[in-house]
Amino acid sequence: MLNKDKTKEKKSIRSEYGKTLVELGHKNKNIVVLDADLSCSTQTAMFGKEFPDRFFNLGIAEQDAMTTAAGLSTTGKIPFVSTFAMFATGRAYDQIRNSICYPKFNVKIVATHGGITVGEDGASHQALEDVALMRLIPNMMVIVPADCVETHEVIKFAAEYNGPVYIRLARTNVVNIFDPEKYKFDPKKAYVIREGKSITLISNGETLVETLDCAELLAKQGVDAEVIHMPVVKPVDKETIISSAKKTNRVFTIENHSIIGGIGSAVCETLSENYPVKVSRIGIADEFGQSGEQRALMNHYKLTGECLAERIFKSL
Amino acid sequence: MQSLTENETRELKALCKEMRKDIVTMIHGAKSGHPGGNLSAVEILAVLYKKCMKICPDWDKSPDFEKRDRFILSKGHASAALYSILARCGYFSTDELSGFRKLGSNLQGHPSCRHAKGVEVSTGSLGQGLSMACGVALGLRLDKNPATVYVYLGDGEMQEGSVWEAVMNASHHNLNNIIAFIDRNRLQIDGCTENIKAIEPLQDKFEAFGWNVIEIDGHDLEEIYDAVQSAKTMDRPTAIIANTTKGKGVSYMENNAGWHGKAPNDAEYETAMTELSK
Repeated sequence: MLNKDKTKEKKSIRSEYGKTLVELGHKNKNIVVLDADLSCSTQTAMFGKEFPDRFFNLGIAEQDAMTTAAGLSTTGKIPFVSTFAMFATGRAYDQIRNSICYPKFNVKIVATHGGITVGEDGASHQALEDVALMRLIPNMMVIVPADCVETHEVIKFAAEYNGPVYIRLARTNVVNIFDPEKYKFDPKKAYVIREGKSITLISNGETLVETLDCAELLAKQGVDAEVIHMPVVKPVDKETIISSAKKTNRVFTIENHSIIGGIGSAVCETLSENYPVKVSRIGIADEFGQSGEQRALMNHYKLTGECLAERIFKSL
Repeated sequence: MQSLTENETRELKALCKEMRKDIVTMIHGAKSGHPGGNLSAVEILAVLYKKCMKICPDWDKSPDFEKRDRFILSKGHASAALYSILARCGYFSTDELSGFRKLGSNLQGHPSCRHAKGVEVSTGSLGQGLSMACGVALGLRLDKNPATVYVYLGDGEMQEGSVWEAVMNASHHNLNNIIAFIDRNRLQIDGCTENIKAIEPLQDKFEAFGWNVIEIDGHDLEEIYDAVQSAKTMDRPTAIIANTTKGKGVSYMENNAGWHGKAPNDAEYETAMTELSK
């Protein structure tokens, strides 16, 4: 499933999203797209250019955008709504909860700029709690894809699945972890993408590539890490997590999100009820972010492969 | 323009009486609910469902389901009035009304479209119905579906900023398939709208946002009917500001903010039913 191409060219997840929307728009005339004045950042502008009649830029009005999407879904349309993760989930939480999830309407929220790697814009724009907020709402599926290959498949899946979905995309350009010929998205599955015996590392999104790097560095120090990629944060694939915990008895979660409420919490909830082992949650502590260049922030918050390997090795 | 006949008016008046009794009985039975803002909505709901809207009491089994007009109760706390008219139009039995707000009932405290037949969307958290209407109206337009979207807002609800996002949305997209009623009973839970956070001049505000505005007596059946007929000819969205009396029909509830969200006790219930039976 992993990409054997070692060129390591970094690609824009957001562009992949925009292109996939256009591809889907040609196949299904019921797909409509909404944005809140960030269509050039979220890349929904591509869809708007191709299908102006099915694209609604609702201006700087996220609450209106979410509920308008809900209304469109009642006429059989499949709305994709995009803005930054902060405003999608923070500003419009009530609309998502009451107007989309409670009636279980077929709305897809694809939020970009999730996590600390929003970068220079700083804490006001860095959504570190969006996954937690969305995970809490009944009927909501939550997916955090790791690269362009997976993003393409996840967006295609969302268009076919009937019900609300929250998809979190990073601003960061990332290498293709997965082989486009072999990757298949399964909404019920977490993926063991590196087998190991001594510890389990669970991640998703843009920290997956860091986790893989971390696993390679740990291997050099004699630590045989298993890496699980968990794109679907809700519903949780309990089986894969439990069976890996049974094998290694030591789990680390790694995410570009607050350690409260994201995959760290999802894994802890699963293991404490089924197979209690020690779990360390790595992510952003209970604090706001700050401005900085993306890589500088990843280093500062100890989320790069090297930082992760150092921290995890010390704790063993 | 043909207005209501005398016979139609007489029938509607009788229906409104029954609806008021339903509302008071439901809220008394549930020992909770919002009598004031339900009683102010009765005439408008009766005229819309009986005379203006293409309705589908068989719901999704109706051959004309897609062509139905949509009604969105943005002020979801007027659920008792909505359930009453839905039952009296045959969406479900009037026997079900006694389950209102009780465990296991389809008639949730605020309308849920996953529960009650005829409820288009779930509402209750204020400030969302008009955006919802915009989405429905845009979808209908894409499908070249001539159905009308009716949305019913509270006047206190106009204090929600999201309402004005939606007012701009409807105007920007020229959604003339939306007819919005504003139940102008002038009271909200804590008192008079104008003392708490003034919403006036409401007509000027809507007009400044590009809407067509009609002001009516929200208890006058003909005025309601005529306003809807006029709104349907407009090339812009229409707001019908309906001046109403909160608690209309029950003397001790009328114009009393204290009856926004309180159920009558047994004695109060008897008094109300006696008054409504006259």
